[in-house]
Amino acid sequence: MTSEDVREQPASRPTERPVRPVAEPGVVGGLLRRAATAASPTPRRPGARRGLLGQPLVRHLVFAIGGLAIIYVITQSVSSFDNFQIAQIGAYVVAVAGLSVLTGLNGQISLGHGAVMGIGAYAAALLMLHTGFPLLVVLLLAPAAAGLAGLVIGLGAARLRGPYLAGATLALAVGLPGVPYRWPGALGGGTGLSITQPTPPSFLGSNFDPQEWIAWICALAAVITLIILANLIRSRFGRSFRTVRDDEIVASLAGIHVARTQVLAFVVSAACAGLGGALLALSTGTVNPLGFPLSLSIALVAAAVVGGLGSLTGAIWGGILVVYLPQWATSVSNDFGFSKAVSSNLAFGFYGLVLIVVMLTFPGGIQGGVRRLWNALRALVARRSSPAAAGLHGNGPGQGAASAALDPAPHEMGEQ
Amino acid sequence: MLTQTLNGISSGAIYASVALGLVLIWRATRVVNFAAGGMAMICAFIAFSVINGGGSYWLGFLVALASGLVGGAVVERVIIRPVESKPPLNAVIVTFGLLILLEAIAGMIWGENSRALPSHFSIRGLQVGGTTIALSPFDVFVISSVVVVTILLAVLFRATNVGLRMRAAAFQPEVARLLGVRVGRMLTLGWALASLVGALAGVLVAPKVFLSPNMMDAPLVYGFTAAVIGGLDSPVGAVVGGVALGLVTSYVGGWSTFGPSLEVMGALVLLVGVLMVRPEGLFSGIKPRRV
Repeated sequence: MTSEDVREQPASRPTERPVRPVAEPGVVGGLLRRAATAASPTPRRPGARRGLLGQPLVRHLVFAIGGLAIIYVITQSVSSFDNFQIAQIGAYVVAVAGLSVLTGLNGQISLGHGAVMGIGAYAAALLMLHTGFPLLVVLLLAPAAAGLAGLVIGLGAARLRGPYLAGATLALAVGLPGVPYRWPGALGGGTGLSITQPTPPSFLGSNFDPQEWIAWICALAAVITLIILANLIRSRFGRSFRTVRDDEIVASLAGIHVARTQVLAFVVSAACAGLGGALLALSTGTVNPLGFPLSLSIALVAAAVVGGLGSLTGAIWGGILVVYLPQWATSVSNDFGFSKAVSSNLAFGFYGLVLIVVMLTFPGGIQGGVRRLWNALRALVARRSSPAAAGLHGNGPGQGAASAALDPAPHEMGEQ
Repeated sequence: MLTQTLNGISSGAIYASVALGLVLIWRATRVVNFAAGGMAMICAFIAFSVINGGGSYWLGFLVALASGLVGGAVVERVIIRPVESKPPLNAVIVTFGLLILLEAIAGMIWGENSRALPSHFSIRGLQVGGTTIALSPFDVFVISSVVVVTILLAVLFRATNVGLRMRAAAFQPEVARLLGVRVGRMLTLGWALASLVGALAGVLVAPKVFLSPNMMDAPLVYGFTAAVIGGLDSPVGAVVGGVALGLVTSYVGGWSTFGPSLEVMGALVLLVGVLMVRPEGLFSGIKPRRV
């Protein structure tokens, strides 16, 4: 939906290990300029971002309205079960988008976003069971709770780089499903909590499908989240996320508080996962520990990587993948007569394989591939019309996004 | 209290060996090997298959260690080598992917059902002067094999030519290469040794939990926590951290206020706490970061 806007990889980023910047006055400014150029949506039209309703916001809103119209048409014409799946896709898109922003833009990774979704889901369920808050407030407070949990973990892990955060979040993913068993009274133990799903308002008619209403809620929440994230990516915060990812020392020399930026990115991402979890709870009507196992966290990481790290459009691909892959695995297993042991593991084998293969060969993911195809097509068209302009178009923004999705400057430069 | 201490030392020995595997790989290639759990699990299943197929316990034990050695080398050559020069994030995602892939493959081959890995030693408590203490012959075996492996590794790194080459390759790859060290080969050897230690952990932990594709998830988290407590760079720290963590989780799990269901979260709290207070670990020197 916002493929134009979320491309964040500068065309000029080197794919090999860049030369270490050695206290050279021009380097900092150069990197910052590069980051600024990369973040600017339309480098050929300077000044386009000025004004309250600058170009990006308008364009995001246009995309959002278009997307909502398409979703409306689809929900009208499909079955109740399909609407249930649309609601689930909405929930996963929110969570995957948050993870994708964290990993692709800030260079941090969470292996425990499934557990963070669980925090959001439990928060939403507890709020709905014990308070009379309207749904909107619940959907604001649940991500806040998840963001708070993210703050605590992020504070500890932002002290050091990638692997520590990965390990801490892995511990969260493995450990959190045990927590409800400890307090069966409040958290429902292994059976979890049941909530009453929201019912469609009366003006839609008495026989309006409740699943369709929930699908609308989830889709709307997903679209709003994507708009917010898309604008965040273009903002000052988004630029500091990227600068910190590319080079922490350069970022701190430029006056960016590195640790604070990393914690902020993690909190934003955790809040997204929390909202995704709350939406998931709405769509299924229950929360239980088995719903948020380590394998959910794995699925989210795989979805973000496959869709294309840092790409919000890629997050939509990823959300669709998370919902449809298990079904596809089951049907493939049925077709080929695989045993139950194979069929229940097929989806995860696929996730694992895809994580390795995509990272080794195709770090841009689906969205990177789409972008590369699009650029190739455009270059071809340009070459047809005027051979001289071909080279110019080939250097347009977004070029190299596929090849360089995860090739920023190394984080641990001074390490021995 | 004595019971919990003995239990803690025994499970701490296992965490220590997981941590040792992680530290060896971190020192060699600056990668945290999240697939260590999966690789160890596969080795334990291989031991199970050998024993089930009529082999003795010791044959299964040795085959598991050998498959760890070979598996580590293969993984380093095929999967890790391409991401070594990339940002650490790529390696994290790749090893995580490998963890999932291995768990899925194990689930496909050996099924989802938990199985028990027979142990050569009794897991009943020893009799000392008429009373049963919480230390079983198997625990003694666990502790002594981890101690033996640690001593062997220390000797290898400190007193042999190969160990010196491996340390040089990890410490200063360029200089080591100029001095004629085959750096790539040393890194592969480092992964192979680390995976051997991981396989040991898998075989040792299997009789205590049941054999299942995700049996190493919690030990992996504990091992990582232990490695961070000790400082990811220090093998001694990994062992001390492992035993300390084993003791802490054993005491925490023993208290009725916390159940065993909270043990992993206890490890997470400890991990975050150590990262906040002493981010380089308790056994690691201060290291400057340079531009």
